Amino acid sequence: MSIRIEHLNYIYSMDSAFRKQALRDICLDIDDGEFIGLIGHTGSGKSTLIQHLNGLIRATDGKIYYNGEDIYQEGYSMTKLRSHVGLVFQYPEYQLFETTVLKDVCFGPGNLGLDAETCMERAKKALSIVGIKEKDHNKSPFELSGGQRRRAAIAGVLAMEPDVLILDEPTAGLDPRGRNDILDQIADLHSRMGITVILVSHSMEDVANYVDRIIAMNRGSVYMDGTPAEVFERYAELEKIGLAAPQVTYFMHDLQRSFPGMRADVTTVREAKDAILGWFEGGEKR
Amino acid sequence: MGIINAVKLIYDYVTKDERGDVENVTSAIRGVDLDIQAGQFIAILGHNGSGKSTLAKQMNALLVPTGGTLTVKGMDTSDEKNVWNIRQTAGMVFQNPDNQIIGTIVEEDVGFGPENLGVPTKEIWDRVYDSLKRVGMMEYCDHSPNKLSGGQKQRVAIAGTMAMKPECIVLDEPTAMLDPNGRKEVIGTVRELNQKEGVTVILITHYMDEAIQADQVYVMDEGQIVLSGTPREVFSQVGRLKELRLDVPQITELAYELKKEGFPLPDGILTAKELEDALIRCKEQGYHVKAKSGEAKHVDKDRTS
Repeated sequence: MSIRIEHLNYIYSMDSAFRKQALRDICLDIDDGEFIGLIGHTGSGKSTLIQHLNGLIRATDGKIYYNGEDIYQEGYSMTKLRSHVGLVFQYPEYQLFETTVLKDVCFGPGNLGLDAETCMERAKKALSIVGIKEKDHNKSPFELSGGQRRRAAIAGVLAMEPDVLILDEPTAGLDPRGRNDILDQIADLHSRMGITVILVSHSMEDVANYVDRIIAMNRGSVYMDGTPAEVFERYAELEKIGLAAPQVTYFMHDLQRSFPGMRADVTTVREAKDAILGWFEGGEKR
Repeated sequence: MGIINAVKLIYDYVTKDERGDVENVTSAIRGVDLDIQAGQFIAILGHNGSGKSTLAKQMNALLVPTGGTLTVKGMDTSDEKNVWNIRQTAGMVFQNPDNQIIGTIVEEDVGFGPENLGVPTKEIWDRVYDSLKRVGMMEYCDHSPNKLSGGQKQRVAIAGTMAMKPECIVLDEPTAMLDPNGRKEVIGTVRELNQKEGVTVILITHYMDEAIQADQVYVMDEGQIVLSGTPREVFSQVGRLKELRLDVPQITELAYELKKEGFPLPDGILTAKELEDALIRCKEQGYHVKAKSGEAKHVDKDRTS
């Protein structure tokens, strides 16, 4: 049991005219080693929710347990929590500030109180995970390309060796290859090191391709929670809350009209291909 | 000559040290020839660092060529006298809506552009309301921009550009930060401006499905245009696009994968309807896939259990 959220509520600007309830009665269990996609329209509360998970925002009421411990209990170390739960913000490359890439990545582990040598070791490891070559380690972060800067910034969080990695739209503004590179590296980390990953994304295709479980939010509440096939099956409801299913899911549903028996619980190009191949193998007798 | 015309366009970013000596030269654009006709809908694709944004910034003289020429409606962007007229002809919308909205109320923000051009007050208001209506944001005219969704903010940004009455708008990844609904809103608005008002649209994007509706697609790599044509011509080259770090729309990819398996499908399928029709033809012709015994089917992820 990694993270348990119980009846979490959060209200912005509580005692003012701008009072707004951003989260309503959220209850979630997130197990160790899950790969979760968090989707929802702009303003649905995704970013507010993830900021609770490493203690950046304190809930108005409700409880969060990390590994069974109440993070709001007296004496609970938020610093420790933040070393376990790493959060990569949107456009994290804007937060790069050091003179060299390597120094920048060392900043996080340094803050955990590790000695310089360990920091260096971890930073190098993190940079190799995200695919930044050694020859670029001593460059200024500002000499790197956009995609490389993004990866360097992610390395800064990886160097803290979190057990839970939360990424808020890590691929926004990247080209398709850059997007796949980053997501592949995250998926690889997830499968090799067994870390829990929560991916916030507006790209339904990316979510379908990578995650095992989708949590869809609407107006501060959890609206759907299930596998990609389960969630995208309900595309009509998703559209009502400003979301959609991947293009192939729609296509396969349309295809059922002319191809009775065609599987439509499909969320990726690969699954669609298999479903069509399967149909043409069996022919119309299906 | 079209509304935007580039001849052997070159742009180098030059970094200088404290003494003003040249430290480093990066060529972002290396000889681009381009002729965009008024009223066209153009999509420009290319990976990060391929020169798309640098090219876009040439189109309203935010950057001026270091070699070759670029003209907007016949005006040379290198000539400083033309700058204001060029910016009035070609407006820009950027990626992050929060970086380009400056007013505290929506209508004020939209009025900023025409006010800077010295348009008389009465006409500013006419233009503001007209532009807001055109992007479907009139009901929000007295709202604060920071309470709007991303898609709404981008539409306000587009209205702000439209209030300057440009003949051409250049949008640099306007949907990168938006949710699916916001993307639909923005692309729908842009298409309507193009079709109903005849505004020339130059859309830079990483979303391949947004490029399908363009009249012409240009693909950039290393500061050059390496591929151009109608969306069908461009997206039929799946292998080449992947080499260029790009992708194809999911439907095109599915068609490409099926074709590799031996399905008799035509090249360059772009829409769901086309693929559906093509598959129906396969069915009618009695096309059959031979079962490969023992081959694992769902290798991707087992979601069936």
